[in-house]
Amino acid sequence: MELLEKTDKIHEELLKNFEEKINRGDAIEPKDKMPDAYRKHLMRQMSQHAHSEVIGMQPEGNWITRAPSLRAKQILLAKIQDEGGHGLYLYSAAETLGISRDEMISQLHSGKAKYSNIFNYPALTWADIGAIGWLVDGAAIVNQVSLQRTSYGPYSRAMVRICKEESFHQRQGYEIMAKMMKGTKDQQEMAQDAMNRWWWPSLMMFGPHDSESPHTGDAVKWKIKRHSNDELRQKFIDKTVQQAEVIGLTIPDKDLKWNEAAGRYDHGAIDWNEFYRVIGGNGPCNKQRMAHHIKVHEEGVWVREAAEAYRVKKEKQLLHS
Amino acid sequence: MTKDSQLATWEVFIQSKPGANYIHAGSVHASDNKMALQNARDTYTRRGEGTSIWVAPTESITASNPDDSEMFFDPANDKVYRLPTFYVMPEGAKAI
Repeated sequence: MELLEKTDKIHEELLKNFEEKINRGDAIEPKDKMPDAYRKHLMRQMSQHAHSEVIGMQPEGNWITRAPSLRAKQILLAKIQDEGGHGLYLYSAAETLGISRDEMISQLHSGKAKYSNIFNYPALTWADIGAIGWLVDGAAIVNQVSLQRTSYGPYSRAMVRICKEESFHQRQGYEIMAKMMKGTKDQQEMAQDAMNRWWWPSLMMFGPHDSESPHTGDAVKWKIKRHSNDELRQKFIDKTVQQAEVIGLTIPDKDLKWNEAAGRYDHGAIDWNEFYRVIGGNGPCNKQRMAHHIKVHEEGVWVREAAEAYRVKKEKQLLHS
Repeated sequence: MTKDSQLATWEVFIQSKPGANYIHAGSVHASDNKMALQNARDTYTRRGEGTSIWVAPTESITASNPDDSEMFFDPANDKVYRLPTFYVMPEGAKAI
């Protein structure tokens, strides 16, 4: 009993030190003591973030061979390579918490770890590539800019690096949309159709309303999260409406209107049933996305094995030379 | 199926321009030093961020313990005479 009380006391002391550090605005580094719940929250959030970057390569990869010009193809290739790179920054940062890459990938494959719901939608036309860059990356940027100030050092540093690279992604998407809106009637309709399909899922990327969000409490207190889901969503809407207007696209929300008193746009109700249906595995592409990731992962096993075998052979040669 | 391996991790340090310090960028997975260098280049320098890269096996890095930092770095605090501002210069002396 006495021992238990003693451990409780030590535990309390550690938590107090940790929270003082957080409140001072100090970054938490890998070797610092941190509450289990903090570590677990970060592992969950960062691995999900990394998986999203990697799974996000799929809908766009679908269009590499069909890009309408060499310029567009080069840009798309560079963008997708960036997404892969961002996944790696994030895996690397998450590994500092003591979770291995193997573990993260097997959690993805088993369904224990999620990735952003948005990538369960298909990229049906070239305009979708525009909409993904402009809206999906645009929404991601709003979230990631906020995360640059997250309390965990390695996560924050990865975010700074990612944000520097992401703004090209959003611009290339917006450029595609702007070009199509200056094109033929068919092209304009195609752009509007992509807008109609990607707008609401993009708003859902910020997660449930603050009143419904299960992970917000500790994440805010420990400064993992610096802004709430609704704050970030609002920020995204407010900056995107004007961009749509400039190129002549209509936001598919009849309730969207400027609220002069509040200095922001009010928007219509989000269909959360749709959100939970897709998260639950019943979106248009959930099975395809995961099947593809597993297939590529398994097809790559021999490469990793060969690389290991080569290392062993080289080391033996060194030993005998 | 045998246990899959994602290969060993390597820490990456990048020099942004000649003469600058090497700064830690993150880590990569690789089976050997050559692959580590190539992966580091592809992962961390897609926009000309570097002129030179170091990679080192993660396990070979020894880091100080943040819990000990007060004790570990303390000796620096009471030796203010290591700073130029400690010294009283005669009035009128120039370029010192």
